[in-house]
Amino acid sequence: MEDSILIYALGQEELDAMNAILKDTLFEDGVHCVCLIDMAGNIVVSLEREENTRDIHALAALSAGNFGAVNSMAKIIGEQEFSLLFHKGDNVSIHFSKVLEDFLLITIFGQEISLGFLRLKVAEATDKIREILRASLGSR
Amino acid sequence: MAFINLKTKEVQVKIVYYGPGRGGKTTNLEYLYNRLKDHIKTEMVTIKTQGDRTLFFDFLPMGLGEIKGYHIKIQLYTVPGQVKYNATRKLVLMGVDGLVFVADSAVDRRKQNIDSLANLQENLSAYGKNLFEVPMVFQYNKRDLAEKGIPVLPVEVMEADLNHKLKAPAFEASALEGKNVIKTLKEIIFNTALTLEHQLV
Ligand SMILES: Nc1nc2c(ncn2[C@@H]2O[C@H](COP(=O)(O)OP(=O)(O)OP(=O)(O)O)[C@@H](O)[C@H]2O)c(=O)[nH]1
Ligand SMILES: [Mg+2]
Repeated sequence: MEDSILIYALGQEELDAMNAILKDTLFEDGVHCVCLIDMAGNIVVSLEREENTRDIHALAALSAGNFGAVNSMAKIIGEQEFSLLFHKGDNVSIHFSKVLEDFLLITIFGQEISLGFLRLKVAEATDKIREILRASLGSR
Repeated sequence: MAFINLKTKEVQVKIVYYGPGRGGKTTNLEYLYNRLKDHIKTEMVTIKTQGDRTLFFDFLPMGLGEIKGYHIKIQLYTVPGQVKYNATRKLVLMGVDGLVFVADSAVDRRKQNIDSLANLQENLSAYGKNLFEVPMVFQYNKRDLAEKGIPVLPVEVMEADLNHKLKAPAFEASALEGKNVIKTLKEIIFNTALTLEHQLV
């Protein structure tokens, strides 16, 4: 495990582009919130259907910790990583997808959307986001 | 791993409180939360066991005004100090920008302080970092014990044990009474900001 970036910056252009990607490819009806964070728990981009209804800072910190914990569990049982990271609620569910080594895309969605469809959309968005991050932060 | 958002002119920084179990890390954050509640719009997040010991981490985000036109957002974390929780402790260190080492001044905690610092070095090295690179402040906590007749380690002994090579800023404190809690935080924020500024150019 190597954590090489100490500090990184993203400009208006990249942030706007990622915002647009998330909005266009993933922010469908039934998606409540989409949030791109880094593994330190910092929020990079977030989109919410209704602003300020949930504490996304806490969500980011817990997601980064949870992702790290689940990844460590994978290693203990001899897996590189788990490909599906998903918590299902009665009404609302949450899905996590890793982007490059240092970022995590969190999607919160309702019952209107099937997991299969959501995963398709997440994969599409993740591919595009990855390109932007890679171009901006260097290929790592 | 500090993140600079050039669009919103915001810098996000992660500061971790490290140290032996029961040393007072959570108490530091609780004091800060209670003192600054009106300025912090969110709740403090804690993942605890039944006995009030930290199981994974405590988390407290706060805005900090501006430095050179940038809004500074600080995320404070504590690690679980108990030896057996090293796997989660290491996870919390991921992307750390600044460290507060909360040492316990009680005489019988001397070895735990030293072991915890060695453990910190070991965990940092897993991320390719070392103690000399990450900004750090020592807090010699529980100084109030002396007034209650419980023997405390002389500050010189703690300095020699922990800070002899690092020569980091150090404060005597009582997290329980809030003594020097804010001072500790200000110092680590200042040092972290300074280091980040150097790395920026
Ligand atoms: N007398 C005194 N007691 C303190 C002080 N700071 C913390 N304590 C007490 O020490 C105990 C442990 O404090 P915590 O803040 O939970 O310690 P911690 O470092 O978070 O412990 P872990 O979560 O297990 O790593 C509590 O009973 C606190 O009230 C202090 O400055 N003086
Ligand atoms: Mg604690």
